[in-house]
Amino acid sequence: MATKRKPRLAVWKFASCDGCQLSLLDCEHELLAVTGQVEIAYFLEASRAVMEGPYDVSLVEGSITTPGDAERIREIREASKFLVAIGACATAGGIQALRNFADVKEFAAAVYARPEVIDTLKRSSPIAEHVFVDFELRGCPISKHQLLEVVGAYLTGRKPNIPTHSVCMECKMRGTPCVMVAAGIACLGPVTQAGCGALCPAYGRGCYACFGPMETPNTTALAAWWRDELGVEPIDIKRALRTYNAGSESFRKESEAYEYADH
Amino acid sequence: MADYEQLDTPSVVLRADLQRLFDSLHARGYETIAPRVENGAIIYDEVTSVDALPAGWTDEQEGGFYRLEGRDDGALFGYTVGPQSWKRYLSPPIRRLWQARKNGDGFEIVHEDAPTPHYALIGVRACELHAIHHLDDVYLGGSTIDADYQQRREAAFIVAVNCGKAGNTCFCASLGTGPAVGPGYDLALTELVTEREHAFVVTVGSERGADVLADVPHRPAAPGEIDLAEAIVAEAARHMGRTLETTGLKELLYRSFEHPHWDEVAERCLTCGNCTMVCPTCFCFTVEDTTDLTGQSAERWRRADSCFTTAFTFITSGSQRASAKARYRQWLTHKLATWQDQFDSLGCVGCGRCITWCPVGIDLTAEVAALRAEEIGQPQPEAVLEMA
Repeated sequence: MATKRKPRLAVWKFASCDGCQLSLLDCEHELLAVTGQVEIAYFLEASRAVMEGPYDVSLVEGSITTPGDAERIREIREASKFLVAIGACATAGGIQALRNFADVKEFAAAVYARPEVIDTLKRSSPIAEHVFVDFELRGCPISKHQLLEVVGAYLTGRKPNIPTHSVCMECKMRGTPCVMVAAGIACLGPVTQAGCGALCPAYGRGCYACFGPMETPNTTALAAWWRDELGVEPIDIKRALRTYNAGSESFRKESEAYEYADH
Repeated sequence: MADYEQLDTPSVVLRADLQRLFDSLHARGYETIAPRVENGAIIYDEVTSVDALPAGWTDEQEGGFYRLEGRDDGALFGYTVGPQSWKRYLSPPIRRLWQARKNGDGFEIVHEDAPTPHYALIGVRACELHAIHHLDDVYLGGSTIDADYQQRREAAFIVAVNCGKAGNTCFCASLGTGPAVGPGYDLALTELVTEREHAFVVTVGSERGADVLADVPHRPAAPGEIDLAEAIVAEAARHMGRTLETTGLKELLYRSFEHPHWDEVAERCLTCGNCTMVCPTCFCFTVEDTTDLTGQSAERWRRADSCFTTAFTFITSGSQRASAKARYRQWLTHKLATWQDQFDSLGCVGCGRCITWCPVGIDLTAEVAALRAEEIGQPQPEAVLEMA
């Protein structure tokens, strides 16, 4: 058998907070196992040493918000055999996709002394809107367990076990009584993809949908129940849907139904 | 334990002596699992002291609604069923089936000799005992036996409790699955809270039940106490918040495959899977293989699954039940119709959990009633033939 070269891993950043890349560093002792199996070829948050492409696996954090981004992601795609978009920014446009519902020029004028030097796109968009993505790993931030699962699955050549069903399934497996049913707390768990281990409901909070829409989200029925049975104001339904995954198709559409709600 | 002939008259154990029951079970090596309050609901967890039981609590339930409320009589079992069921202990939602390590060109299985947990399940209601029997049908009744379930089930000691209160989403009386507990328990309790005493009428259902009771101070029940215990349960039967007409249920569902009402339910259904997770008879699971980063070890895990997930029916051409309509229809039809062909019983025990814990209050009794009502006046197709 010929000597096997270790697969080269690259970690890229676009418009984002770096939290998802940090999840990789947070792997701590598992990180050593990762570096034992892959060559970290490009990961500026961890090391200045960079290797030329091509790369076997690229983990891409962040959303596309500038014309320069849109060009750079194409280059990264060309240099990568397997590309994984990680986190809510890369998979849905992130919190910065709130700009998609407003006028960016207005924001720029309000924030910057010289708005004319700001070269930005009207929309913050996920990676898959620009290039082919092999796998999308959700979360704000991503779960390190899921990240290790995806990397491990890639190395073994198997399908990653990343469920796309609701958070409720995890909540029930954990044994947490439903916060919506038992306490009347508005919770996005039924329309949100699992992955966090149903963290917030376990601490008596409603789900904030960090992992974005589940596979078949019925946001309309959930929002109607919030409004009619839990007394949630329409504007609060809109706000709940417009967070880290505001740019996802189903959350965007549902929130737009409450666009002109002012109470 | 099933062939124990019950000859003794019921006994009475005073509330003050109930701790001795827990103590006896502990002394015999059981881990006592019983109701307790957590996060605003009554769950089943390890409880070693009678004082940790939900004394003076009751529950108010409706579609998509559950609240605990106080009751002033200090009853220990004065509520109905909560979000969890005993399947959590008999068939845990997540379990490693086996693990293997790479070994030259092949692999070796790593043997795990975890001892079988010995649970004493305290507070099993009539509907829940029926549900356990349904799990027996599924995991032990076919040609393949689930060994883990079998070991847990055979080790389990069951202290059943007759319901003195019916919940607003309960309908066991419609299905003949309660509120009085049927056979299959080791001990069955009926709680009496009167001005004179707080006590339990205890019936013995097995030899080991008799052995445990022998450790607990008790006296023969007076005829008045037996009558009162029966009256309490009969009263609960009269206060079921829901009903389900079972006549011709299987045929109704088989006729209703293309019924427009499924579309109406699908508009409300979140496909979140909560109904299947809380259902005490839903048994579906998936199997996942994982490997570590080095590829030196692999594990096979069994995880609870649901007919409401797309992965559940995913084959090469995609998910076979893509729509919410197809998934809800599958679930309800299996519970109430195809289950009859499989196991000669209904897959529903009338506990009402799927109604209460559906985040948007979808009510299977109402959906069945709607299928029936909307059928009236329509030409009635022939009932489908029994499946071979």
